[in-house]
Amino acid sequence: MIPALALLLGVAAGLALGPVVPLWLQPYLPIAVVAALDAVFGGFRALLDGIFDDKVFVVSFVSNALLAALLVFLGDQLGVGGQLSTAVIVVLGIRIFQNLAAIRRHLFRA
Amino acid sequence: MTSPTPPPGRRHPRRSQALIGALLAVLGFALVVQLRTAQQDSSLSSARQEDLVRILDELTSRGERLRAEIDDLQRTRDRLTGGAGQDAAALQETRRRRDALRILAGTVAAIGPGIELTINDPAHSVTADVLLDVMQELRDAGAEALQVDDVRLTASSWFSDSPGGILADARPLSAPYVFRAIGDPHTLADAMEIPGGVIDSVAARAGASTEVAQRDRLVVDALRPLSTPRYARPAGD
Repeated sequence: MIPALALLLGVAAGLALGPVVPLWLQPYLPIAVVAALDAVFGGFRALLDGIFDDKVFVVSFVSNALLAALLVFLGDQLGVGGQLSTAVIVVLGIRIFQNLAAIRRHLFRA
Repeated sequence: MTSPTPPPGRRHPRRSQALIGALLAVLGFALVVQLRTAQQDSSLSSARQEDLVRILDELTSRGERLRAEIDDLQRTRDRLTGGAGQDAAALQETRRRRDALRILAGTVAAIGPGIELTINDPAHSVTADVLLDVMQELRDAGAEALQVDDVRLTASSWFSDSPGGILADARPLSAPYVFRAIGDPHTLADAMEIPGGVIDSVAARAGASTEVAQRDRLVVDALRPLSTPRYARPAGD
């Protein structure tokens, strides 16, 4: 319950404050957000599986976001930032899809 | 995600909950911020360097294409306006030629300086060949428009004697015969007075006499209908 409330609180804060994303962060924020979403869905799936672990969730959330952003940053430095961010998005998208499928199976038994 | 009965071995369940909550709050915040950013920007400020270079290249080539199109259209416009100017010049030239030809063909009245030559012939001794000589003499002197009585004299005009008098272009003339010729009055008048010329040859006829009057403004208003050639066609052109 608390995480859901916290999520809503964050959304409300974002809507209310409406900050401008700094230029240096702009290429990496979307990637980090998608990676964090992946971690959240993974955590939700683990919760439904009954194997949820606070520590694992926190570590995976932070490392997912940081690693994804870092990977894209590295790609930018190597000159393949565009392709690498696409690769990261594709991988994360597949993972999100798999997690969502597992969640669906848990919730709807189908 | 609330876990009413924390699993064994969990040291700080409440701290973990707070941490997870904080992370999710950050996620929600970042999500909304990113969504708004993606909506606001035309994705240009968040684009990568090579993407920007590609966009710039596309814009440059697009600009070049449009510039080429501008040049093309300007050339077309210049050609069309130039063509209009040529058309106007051609129209003016055509009008000038039309006016000249209309006066030559005698389809319009002509006005200008000239002379009025009156041949008095009470004894009816003047014949068609005299009038023909008068016409030729006036033409030689540069008469540009000619009429005798109310007959316009053109390139195809003719005179002939008939029992009822002289015919000009099949129309009967009656004395006195009045020629009106537009041209330089002095030249025309002098031409009439050449020894052995018009005046002398008319005077040779019994009872006939001539009067020449120079006019600054003379109207040749006898008209002749335009005859369309039946056989002759312009060659070339």
